[in-house]
Amino acid sequence: MKRLSFARLNEFFAAIAASNALYLPVDNSKGKAEYKKWQEGTEMSRQLNTLRSAKDFFFPQTENLMEFKMDGKSVEVIDTRREAEDFVIFGVRACDAASFKILDSVYLVDPVDSYYKTRREHGVVVTLACARPAETCFCKVFGIDAADPAGDVTAWETDEGLMLRANTEKGEKLLSLTAALLEEGDERAVEAAQEKTREIIEKLPLSSLSTEGLGAGKTAELFDRPEWKALSEACLGCGTCTFVCPTCQCYDVRDFDTGNGIKRFRCWDSCMYSDFTLMAHGNSRNSQVERFRQRFMHKLVYYPDRSGGTFGCVGCGRCLSRCPISMNIVKVMKTLGGKNK
Amino acid sequence: MQELMKKRAIELLADGTCDRVLGWEKGDFAYDQTPALFHTAEELRASFVYNGFSAANLSKYLVKECRAGGKIAVFLKPCDTYSFNQLLAEHRIKREMIYVIGVACDGKADVEKLKDAGIDGITDIREEGECYVVSTIYGDKTVKKAEALAERCLNCKSRKHMAYDELIGESGEVVPNSGRFDMVEQLEAMTPDERYEFWRGELSRCIRCNACRNVCPACTCEQCIFDNPKSGVAQKAAVNSFEENMFHIIRAFHVAGRCTDCGECSRVCPEHIPLHLLNRKFIKDVNSFYGEYQAGEDPAARPPLGRYEKNDIEPGEAGGNRA
Amino acid sequence: MNNETLIPYVGIVTEITQQTPDVKTFRVEAPGGGKLFEHKPGQCAMLSVPGISEAMISITSSPTNTEYMEFSVKKCGCLTEWLHAMEVGQMITVRGPYGRNFPVYDELLGKDLLFVAGGIGLAPLRSVINYVRDNRDKFGTVDIVYGSRSKDDLVYYKEIVEEWCTTEGFNVHLTIDNPQEGWDGHVGFVPNFVKELNPDLKKTVLMCGPPIMIKFTLAGLMDLGFQKEQVYTTMELRMKCGIGKCGRCNIGNKYVCKDGPVFRFDELDELPNEY
Repeated sequence: MKRLSFARLNEFFAAIAASNALYLPVDNSKGKAEYKKWQEGTEMSRQLNTLRSAKDFFFPQTENLMEFKMDGKSVEVIDTRREAEDFVIFGVRACDAASFKILDSVYLVDPVDSYYKTRREHGVVVTLACARPAETCFCKVFGIDAADPAGDVTAWETDEGLMLRANTEKGEKLLSLTAALLEEGDERAVEAAQEKTREIIEKLPLSSLSTEGLGAGKTAELFDRPEWKALSEACLGCGTCTFVCPTCQCYDVRDFDTGNGIKRFRCWDSCMYSDFTLMAHGNSRNSQVERFRQRFMHKLVYYPDRSGGTFGCVGCGRCLSRCPISMNIVKVMKTLGGKNK
Repeated sequence: MQELMKKRAIELLADGTCDRVLGWEKGDFAYDQTPALFHTAEELRASFVYNGFSAANLSKYLVKECRAGGKIAVFLKPCDTYSFNQLLAEHRIKREMIYVIGVACDGKADVEKLKDAGIDGITDIREEGECYVVSTIYGDKTVKKAEALAERCLNCKSRKHMAYDELIGESGEVVPNSGRFDMVEQLEAMTPDERYEFWRGELSRCIRCNACRNVCPACTCEQCIFDNPKSGVAQKAAVNSFEENMFHIIRAFHVAGRCTDCGECSRVCPEHIPLHLLNRKFIKDVNSFYGEYQAGEDPAARPPLGRYEKNDIEPGEAGGNRA
Repeated sequence: MNNETLIPYVGIVTEITQQTPDVKTFRVEAPGGGKLFEHKPGQCAMLSVPGISEAMISITSSPTNTEYMEFSVKKCGCLTEWLHAMEVGQMITVRGPYGRNFPVYDELLGKDLLFVAGGIGLAPLRSVINYVRDNRDKFGTVDIVYGSRSKDDLVYYKEIVEEWCTTEGFNVHLTIDNPQEGWDGHVGFVPNFVKELNPDLKKTVLMCGPPIMIKFTLAGLMDLGFQKEQVYTTMELRMKCGIGKCGRCNIGNKYVCKDGPVFRFDELDELPNEY
């Protein structure tokens, strides 16, 4: 366990930024936190979490996949992939850190997505334990400990300063860059901070949310439940929940004529969108109730089916605060789950 | 108020005036209400809610609901009735299938304002006179209602219902000089470069979730051009900053003269982009070019952009200052 | 850099055959000649014209064909319209092979096979049929029931008549929806025709066609006493990646691109009815 005095936080960031692009949550003009590149004078946000999730670092909203040169009848494919630069994300919360595992289980299985993989390899994740989780938080429900997040390095804000623990080789290497600023830290300071956090978590209204009746193997029980209709009735079919979600990983592939060739890019897509499954001759999910059901079945049943029971939600609560009509996975779980009435 | 509404809704279901009621359903923390259909007295008793956080404008749901068979009752706040009228004017809703209960509104709260003020761990919110008492896991906090008002309510244009079959509570008056164009004027006073910077700063945060479009009562096209793969402009993400700007500007053009300034676009934007300012600029321009006009005030009125008159302003004159 | 399956090969269209008024078959070879990659019967590939779009198309040629791959495409959307308008010599992009094949290397060995197809649905089965023709000793008898709206809408008509009908152990049963001048064969819909033919219950069925044909044929087969474990089909849903990542072609917890497109009906039974 290492200790960094809060007074030297800026030096710590500078030491990291000397050899890595360093990103951390910063308040924007609306007072909401978003990840920004650190430079001298950048102040870290005090918000609990960023408005958008940290998945953007590994799975950006848009990315160019390749280019094509078209000349008469000939087509040339140009591989535009580049190695990612080394970068560090500081201040990732436990929920987002857990979401990376879920994204990995999709993008790093055969056939590996090389675009994702190169960024994963070059990114170092420094997590920050939550000191004051919000009412919309329910990571505990999915076995995530906000007081002990994963990541290459875990950090805690304690009475004695910022405590840092390297969890991986990458993490060790990162801390060695800042060795001159670090002292040996006392585990007990971390334990005290953790205890405070866990006390708050116990009091949060959603901490007791149950997953009973949900999860792997529940397709037959849940798919035709009549409640889907009322749950989805007010859904606007927008992509807000999907785009702020740290685990939503669906994408679209589109071509763009630059006037100078064709760029093939991918962008986030949402199963809530009417054209998500649209084909020339029909649509397998024609109504919003089917699209709505897909999103929640994916997180609560299909993904668990494919991942040995792990849920496809990390309880970050972003959809709870961002959905225009305040419909969200918690309400779905309470309605369809067994023990939530 | 809520109890009166609930009672009346139960009566309307019982006497056959309607077979379902569109209102707001309570959520987990008092502020997270969902628009919902109530079919029975039991459903209404269990979860109907109306308070300072019942913000959603329910009028757009009527486009679908008025075609679903059976008469529907709906609660509309004053500003929602403008959307309702506009939808009537555009023949998007069938008046005879809808029973409108106008409900008084003294402004809706924006929970983000409470959170920005440092209130967290919210478990419940009660109204006590001019204040909200917010229960949190750290104890109760009291906030003046006025301090939690949403932007659109701070600049409320009208407390008067433009359409209703019956009223619960009182209908107020149109608010003269509401101040809703103040920010537009500030933007107009900027240099083009400053203005461009302002909008780039705002629009660069857009994640193209389409919430603004999908919630907008003026956006009722069967298929939006941005969803039509054959249009050539259908994209789920902006390819570049140009597209990022154009999506919202094109949308503002499309609702120009039809936007009632209900403010739903800005309410739902997850990135808090003040999209209503684009619409208000159009409203302000339409007012100055064609005379005062408020979309949704009178469903029989001919909209200024939908009629031609010989003395209409010429494009050259309308260009305005391009300092 | 690692290999990236999303980055396609370039292939040259070396022959275009008009099969029916709205179906063409495209022969695709590598720029230096030969096949772009090997595949198994029933697998698919993502075909694309850059700037238009990319779509999953079944590989209709048999893997035993060592010179080229073929794709039969019905004109029905942006990409397929573009493909139909192109000329020989045009380059397109191809990536694959994707998905699960028909089990010709194990479960189907030695079996009597009944192929049931409607319209363009014969395209994915043709790969299997020709594989079986080229490995005649490994399989039992072959019955092919194929129907279309009219005689002009029967794909591979020449090949069916000249090659399949003349193969030993092959029985071909053609049908069209309505009587037509110059047609003295069977008239009627595929599901009824299958029932009339009253196939032996030992047969394994491979079926592809419009959803309505599949639905009624399956019901007919069940009436005859077939088990769902004996009937295979191949599915099609909207796909973008072809590798189970983009998230749209799922039926329940299965991705059609990766876990399918070939499914046995008892497997489909376990999935929600959303296709």
